[in-house]
Amino acid sequence: MKKINLLTLLIFIIFPFKLNALIEVDITRGNLNPLPIAVSALYSDKETTESLKKEIKIDEIGYEISIVIENNLKATGLFNPLEKNAFLQKPDVAHLKPRFEDWSLIKAQALITGKVEFKDNKVRVEFRLWDVLAGREMLALAFTTVPNNWRRIGHIISDKIYERLTGEKGYFDTRIIYVSEEGPKTKRIKKLAIMDQDGFNTKYLTLGNELVLTPRFNPTNQMVTYLSYFKNLPRVYLLDIETGIQEVVGDFPGMTFAPRFSPNGKKIIMSFAKDGNSDIYTMNLENRIVERITNHPSIDTSPSYSPDGKFITFNSDRSGYQQIYVMKSDGSKVKRISFGNGLYGTPVWSPRGDLIAFTKLHKGKFYIGVMRTDGTGERLLTENYYQEAPSWSPNGRVLIFYRETKSNSEGEGFSAKLWSIDLTGYNERLVLTETDASDPSWSSLLSN
Amino acid sequence: MIFKKSTYKLILASIFGLLLSACAQQAAKIDSQIQGDVYTGTDTVEYLADGVPDRVFFATNESVLTTASRDTLRKQAAWLRKNSDINVVLEGHADERGTREYNLALGERRANAAKDYLMTYGISENRISVISYGKERPVDSGSNPLSWSKNRRSVTVKAN
Repeated sequence: MKKINLLTLLIFIIFPFKLNALIEVDITRGNLNPLPIAVSALYSDKETTESLKKEIKIDEIGYEISIVIENNLKATGLFNPLEKNAFLQKPDVAHLKPRFEDWSLIKAQALITGKVEFKDNKVRVEFRLWDVLAGREMLALAFTTVPNNWRRIGHIISDKIYERLTGEKGYFDTRIIYVSEEGPKTKRIKKLAIMDQDGFNTKYLTLGNELVLTPRFNPTNQMVTYLSYFKNLPRVYLLDIETGIQEVVGDFPGMTFAPRFSPNGKKIIMSFAKDGNSDIYTMNLENRIVERITNHPSIDTSPSYSPDGKFITFNSDRSGYQQIYVMKSDGSKVKRISFGNGLYGTPVWSPRGDLIAFTKLHKGKFYIGVMRTDGTGERLLTENYYQEAPSWSPNGRVLIFYRETKSNSEGEGFSAKLWSIDLTGYNERLVLTETDASDPSWSSLLSN
Repeated sequence: MIFKKSTYKLILASIFGLLLSACAQQAAKIDSQIQGDVYTGTDTVEYLADGVPDRVFFATNESVLTTASRDTLRKQAAWLRKNSDINVVLEGHADERGTREYNLALGERRANAAKDYLMTYGISENRISVISYGKERPVDSGSNPLSWSKNRRSVTVKAN
């Protein structure tokens, strides 16, 4: 018996490609033929359904989780979730052993089935991913959590499916922090807000008493850095979103702004403005040591580290106009990388390390684009009246940014919304928020 | 059919002519309020005292003081010298056609240009503080060149 096991293992090691020659989704190009996928409602027995209805006021937990998964997959533009009412097999039977002919009949190439149980005040969710054409199971996993976390289970399952089918980490079990906006342009009220990546579970972190701008996640934990005009002193703050505790970063005699964390989360990099000149500084959060990184009479702002922490890209007008620069993290070897027509701002280094996303202003239009870290290969992904401030999904495949509309002379018609777009330039989507919104920042994956 | 076709055309043409001249007047009105991309009108201006305007305006992406701005700031300096118990805050602003972070820096640069000028006219540095609002507090909410020119400003506000 042991020998056979070893043999199987050996075969697996020797012929991994053969065994893995299943459906694959290529995410490196705009996908015009999204993969047809059937997401069956997850099965739960009567007892589970009833007790969860009481516990968290959700009628059909298995169905609801499948909708979370469906919406996530659909939003990638890579998958085409099929209409549930065309499904021939019942969720419980399908989860045990799908009749693949039934699923290929409705043109599904992949199938997701699952089961939800409620025991000892915990929800246990298992799911399976099936290759319909090969007639084979591709993935099977189970998760246990408290009932209120049920949407997260849907996101984690989506991440696992995305990873299995594309070969890259997903970005669904993540959150977006942003600035919620209300009221007229001249007296705009801004609050920090946080929500799940799919727009659910919105929470407001400040009350709107003072102006707040540009929140950014720590890539390693649930800390956030942002700019607040508390007591009319614009300063960079550090906020722990679990405890709500916040503090001013550093002791600067003037405005600090444009903060971001270093990739290891131990430093904050930001601009400090004094006497009409903005330069870039870092503060080490462990020993509180402040370092000056740039020293130039121009405006130096919007700094962003490379994922290995060795380089910094930033925005400077030292050439006369806003352009993008790269330097070593100690401030040496400053090199301009943007040379196209127009102005360039808000550079932000991809978590994959190979690209820098930016905002470009040219002839009265605003663009979100990407270029290689040496400035070559510039690609503009989207053009609009006004848009800026891209933030990368943790897998470096999607950018979220904000877009504003033009207002008439009375100020009517103005709006600010979050949008996302694929690195390919396809699949541009409005990200739904409860209020107007700007300055989005994407968190890392909450679970790994 | 009371009108002949030619009469009809004539009416159309005159309506069109009226519209054109209205447009031209509108353009002239804007021209008279913007010179070289800098707002020169008085719509939004308030006064610190009689004859002492509270704000100066800038060209797009610029923090250079125009002749008119320097004139305004000399008046402010004279008023501040006479009222030595008054301190001021210079609030620097940018228009909405720029990235948020750069505009924060630009607003700070503009307010400091005004501060430097006040200081050369004898106002002590410790009477002047500076704050930038970037593009966060426009005075005019329109999305057009005239509105933007009103928003590119440094406003001198009494601090006490």
